[in-house]
Amino acid sequence: MATEATGGLEFHPMDQFIVKPLFGGETVAWYTPTNVTLWLFLTALAATALLVLGSRGRAIVPSRAQSVAELTYGLVHKMIEDIAGKDGLRYFPYILTLFLFVAFANLLGLVPMAFTVTSHIAVTGVLALGVFFGVTAIGFIKNGAHFLDLFWVRSAPLAVRPILAVIEVISYFVRPLSLSIRLAGNMIAGHAVIKVFAGFAAIAAVAPVAVVAVVGMYAFEVLVALVQAYVFTILTCVYLKDALHPSH
Amino acid sequence: MFSLLQEAATTAVEITGEEAVVIDETAPHAADAHAYGDAAHYAAESAGLPQLDVTTFGNQIFWLVVTLVVLYLVLSRVAVPRIAAVLSDRQGALTGDLMAAEEFKQKAREAEAAYDKALAEARSEAQRIVAQNRAEIQAELDRAIVKADAEISARTAESEARIREIRASADDSAREVARDVTATLVESFGGKADAAAVEAALDSRMKGSVQ
Repeated sequence: MATEATGGLEFHPMDQFIVKPLFGGETVAWYTPTNVTLWLFLTALAATALLVLGSRGRAIVPSRAQSVAELTYGLVHKMIEDIAGKDGLRYFPYILTLFLFVAFANLLGLVPMAFTVTSHIAVTGVLALGVFFGVTAIGFIKNGAHFLDLFWVRSAPLAVRPILAVIEVISYFVRPLSLSIRLAGNMIAGHAVIKVFAGFAAIAAVAPVAVVAVVGMYAFEVLVALVQAYVFTILTCVYLKDALHPSH
Repeated sequence: MFSLLQEAATTAVEITGEEAVVIDETAPHAADAHAYGDAAHYAAESAGLPQLDVTTFGNQIFWLVVTLVVLYLVLSRVAVPRIAAVLSDRQGALTGDLMAAEEFKQKAREAEAAYDKALAEARSEAQRIVAQNRAEIQAELDRAIVKADAEISARTAESEARIREIRASADDSAREVARDVTATLVESFGGKADAAAVEAALDSRMKGSVQ
């Protein structure tokens, strides 16, 4: 292996992303419980713990856990209300699910030895496509053919409109791609960089620098984890707004 | 960051390349033991990122959808209604407390007004009593003064009457003395004292002096 070749310096920054069956075996069939399954389960568990167990007391004066649960609730609620408007609140539970899922998957991925489910294109792709198809369906159901006004910019001069329409259509269909790749890319890059720095820690001379760098990157990654969850949610709200009110 | 990633990627390729060699050696074994999926799994892995290993996509998507559905159901059935209820309860409690506070404030204001009113009433009552007492005293005083005046005037009248009496008696005495003196004088001058003439003379003399 490369271990011998580089003399103690081990770089396996991508190994952390390998999908492995949880209970031995080598094949990964569609139903096999894998490390992905485990961490998906833990993500759901953490989100449930925060919102369901946190609010268990139903206290008028909230406990700390209940405060966090209420703040999370309020953050997403306000985001939808501010961006998509009051009629967007119908979809509040789903957007809250998305936010909590992404936030907890990102954060749990930072636990040492953990598996980051949101670093996989398959996962973020499904999330993004879910948003894309959901929003498109809402757009057509709520507005019928008027939903296509989204692509026909009436405020622009008539001559420019076809060009803008092409651009709008392209940007519309790029949405799920950018949503999923932004999230997965951030997660892959951050985790790989931490691993690379951690690998350098094997060399005594640079070990202190590497440790400091890992600590710094870790702090940065905590920020990135939350910011990416926020960005994913806020973009979902923006797309929802387009679906509910397609006119520019 | 990108250069680091590239570095990492090339390292990964190097490593997996060597692994691929190992796998090639044990290839017959592997083929025996596992289905072709495994070989494809490793092949895809050796191609680079585990994220691009299409053979695990089905698995990931399946479990992701299960997780999302479960999480959605838990959140929408339990968490969201509960937190919404807690928030609205709190809002209600706050509004209720504020209203109660407002009510208490109103009550305090009313109590203060009642106190002020009572105070003003007591003050006016006191003033009324003072005025009444003063009036009574004044009336009594007036009565006493009137009585005293009456007594004084009665006594004055009495005194005047007596003075008049005394004066009258003094007049009479003086007249008598004057008549006697006049009669005596006339007689001593050798005349004959005519009583009527003396009376007339006295009258004319005393008219101006005493009366």
